[in-house]
Amino acid sequence: MSTIEVSTTSPRSGEFQLPIVNDFSIQVATVNGSGSQTANSVLMRAIFQMGIPVSGKNMFPSNIQGLPTWFTIRASKQGYTARKKEVDFLVAMNPETAREDVMKLDGGAAVVYDEPLKLDALRSDLHFYPVPFDKLVGPVCPEAKLRKLVRNMIYDGIVANLLSLDMEEVHKALLKQFGKKKAKAAELNWGACQAGYDYSAKTFTKSDPFRVQRMNSTAGKIIIEGNAAAALGCVFAGVTVVTWYPITPSSSLVESMIGYLKRFRIDKETGKSTYAVVQAEDELSAIGMVLGAAWAGARSATSTAGPGISLMSEFVGLGYYAEIPAVIFDVQRVGPSTGLPTRTAQGDILSTALLSHGDTKHPMLFPHSPEECFSMAIEAFDLAEQFQTPVFVMIDLDLGMNNWMADAFEYPTQPIKRGKVLTAADLDRLGGFARYKDVDGDGVGYRTLPGTNHPQAAYFTRGSGHNEKAQYTEREDDYVNNMDRLSHKFVTMRSHVPQAVVDYNPKANVGFVAFGTSHYAVEESRDQLKSEYGIETSYLRLRAYPFTADLLDFIHRHDRVYVIEQNRDAQMLGLMRLEYGAGEIAKLRSMRYYGGLPLDARTVTDDIVRQEGK
Amino acid sequence: MSTTVTPPPKKLNRAGLEVLSYKGAKTTLCAGCGHNAISERIIECFYDLGVQPWNVAKFSGIGCSSKSPAYFLGLSHGFNAVHGRMPSVATGAMLANRTVLGIGVTGDGDTASIGMGQFMHLLRRNLPFIYIIEDNGVYGLTKGQFSATADLGSKLKTGVINDLPPFDCCALALRCGATFVARSFSGDKKQLQAILKTAIVHNGLSVIDVISPCTTFNDHEGSTKSYSYIKEHDEILNELDFVPYYDDISVEIDEGDVQEVELHDGSKLRIRKLGREYDPGNKFDALKAMDEAEKKGEVLTGVFYVDTKKPNFMEMLNMEDAPLATLPESKVRPPKEVLDQVMEELR
Repeated sequence: MSTIEVSTTSPRSGEFQLPIVNDFSIQVATVNGSGSQTANSVLMRAIFQMGIPVSGKNMFPSNIQGLPTWFTIRASKQGYTARKKEVDFLVAMNPETAREDVMKLDGGAAVVYDEPLKLDALRSDLHFYPVPFDKLVGPVCPEAKLRKLVRNMIYDGIVANLLSLDMEEVHKALLKQFGKKKAKAAELNWGACQAGYDYSAKTFTKSDPFRVQRMNSTAGKIIIEGNAAAALGCVFAGVTVVTWYPITPSSSLVESMIGYLKRFRIDKETGKSTYAVVQAEDELSAIGMVLGAAWAGARSATSTAGPGISLMSEFVGLGYYAEIPAVIFDVQRVGPSTGLPTRTAQGDILSTALLSHGDTKHPMLFPHSPEECFSMAIEAFDLAEQFQTPVFVMIDLDLGMNNWMADAFEYPTQPIKRGKVLTAADLDRLGGFARYKDVDGDGVGYRTLPGTNHPQAAYFTRGSGHNEKAQYTEREDDYVNNMDRLSHKFVTMRSHVPQAVVDYNPKANVGFVAFGTSHYAVEESRDQLKSEYGIETSYLRLRAYPFTADLLDFIHRHDRVYVIEQNRDAQMLGLMRLEYGAGEIAKLRSMRYYGGLPLDARTVTDDIVRQEGK
Repeated sequence: MSTTVTPPPKKLNRAGLEVLSYKGAKTTLCAGCGHNAISERIIECFYDLGVQPWNVAKFSGIGCSSKSPAYFLGLSHGFNAVHGRMPSVATGAMLANRTVLGIGVTGDGDTASIGMGQFMHLLRRNLPFIYIIEDNGVYGLTKGQFSATADLGSKLKTGVINDLPPFDCCALALRCGATFVARSFSGDKKQLQAILKTAIVHNGLSVIDVISPCTTFNDHEGSTKSYSYIKEHDEILNELDFVPYYDDISVEIDEGDVQEVELHDGSKLRIRKLGREYDPGNKFDALKAMDEAEKKGEVLTGVFYVDTKKPNFMEMLNMEDAPLATLPESKVRPPKEVLDQVMEELR
């Protein structure tokens, strides 16, 4: 319940300001390992429960404890969920970064801060709310060692009061966050939250314009991380063998999956699991196990990030040539070694498309939301088994590790597609088979599984040197035939992968092509371009490689097509260049961002305006 | 004019198959290569025990050794993996179908150099699997470089002397979790047969290091993996006799000082101790015997260790008895109510 009814004033001019409702971003600056994640999630969820579209982004270091971390929550009545570059409401809890955090703010922003930091001396154009956190936490948390954790919940109360958040919703969010098993911890934290609220109500006169107001835009929606959504997709895809090697930012995908598998995939009658999960010794082994399992008929998957993809390179090439289904999740981040493993990127596009040696090409799916992480996980298994090849699901850190608002996932309507597998009865009927023969004209042969109870079931699996009957050969014609069939198979896939989502604007000469989480910035940027600069745009959201026919059509229908992506070298555009003719290539332009933060609309808008010469 | 000759009745095994059903393609390895003899032993043993070949899967990495699965059990599925990483492929396949019998053939380069990591982790998991190292101390396919099992002081054809100590794959296997560990010589038919048959029925990881001379690159004077060197230095640790569960007790080896190990399916491995104080259930006895042999320059062969009690990887995972690969959709896709429940929790 809101207790603040005073009108707000600008700190510089003292003039009356209209309230800014459901359209601002909160940034909480803390040190990692201080338990702030819980407080931040509660805040985000409370706004969500009030029916206001919300997104949360955690910008954290590769470290366990003690380094700066920022969590931004954006409330947007228009439904924009991209990162907002400008911070409107800062909660400065980290003495290390507080001064810089404050100096970066635009005038008019609000700052809740730890009183001893004396931040109000820094600027006169901000709204400051000093809070004596240490004094407040003592009475609500008698146990000294817990104070560091509980302290954060005080700012939830302060912010709730200043933004007019409904405390009942905060309480509900807090109980949800802690769950039934941690009732005692929830009670302690609720005490801290209330203390913050009361302190704020008693002490502050609100001068900033930011506040929330109940809406009805989140009914029926869920909050989930992309990685957990992909994990659920695997569970409902009927995954049976999962192997992995821990790596940020993909570990939580398999960890969530283990949680779901334990709950939902242990047979009630036998008490035995209908899956196997193995933590492998490295990514080379993880992909080796996946290929072995898939070869023997399991629906198998692994999850990794760029460095793991590199290590899997040789095996993936074998998977391509031996034609073994596999599902590989790549939760993309930047760079190798100590290369900002906790920052987001779309930098594995080109290397994954052509991963391995010889001529290799791999299908990739690009989910942009938790809903698609779920549905594309399921599609990836079907595609992998139908086309007998490794399929990559290209998530990125922003989607994988951040909490997103999403529609409830739809239960799959199609039965599981296991592809062309011959049984003993089929072999009786056919009298044998040739593993790599293109019987149906789609480039896909028939396979058998080890253990098939038939003397003609066996074949020998090896690399690229084999003929239609899977016999070893180094003959030129056999090799070329096989290569051409593999090419044909890849072309067949075009009409089976998820098609692009296209928004044609008849008034537009300019087209945008984007994929994954760039979508949110692009969506918002298109509105900015139109309202601020009168630039009309069309938009094609790519969802898969091989490129579907609609991409070519889209290029033809526009004068200039900007490929918007989160890497330095325009990798997706590079992939298009490999495929298209000079006429199409001449139309392609590039917009790139590669700073490691989730892409924001303003960055896109500014760059397009510059390139369009407006 | 030809005379009518009644062909002798075909000899069939317990599975009703003739030995031809266990053969593979014609070998492309060099004449006299030890690996060919090992392939022959594999064919004999699977035939003798009446294993259905289509219930077997063969695996290998890369190298001369790794070509050999094409030369035995032609009716079994085979998988020629990448260099040094056959263990992961085999592990995956075994997870997918635990009812299939897995056999892998690798070499000393494939295992002890590029594949050391996967080998060690295979050991650690005690995967039910037969892992045969065709060990000649040299890289054949790349024409004669030392491998990591080459003995200290051993000489290449080019005159290069090996100045690094070898890995002993049996010692590693013992230390790191394999439950049946043996060494043999490709030229010792009887010993290798007993070891292979034991491995076929053993319900855990069998590691068999078979010294298998390379006639082209490592069979000369100064090599410690040549036929003549092994024949001179082969020190037999124990005399072995494998007795399948369906047979009467054999009298292949003399009674007296015989230790009998009962295997998973009721078959027995009878081990005659040859005068040594040696217990194949005791790792430290094995390590001591290996160490002593190494000091004396002997190549110790026989069964080093067998443990029939330790749970294997499949048992530890508590998987369904039926192959995961072919579980029906009703078992692997939870019903809609489950998804609805999860969605509700996330609201």
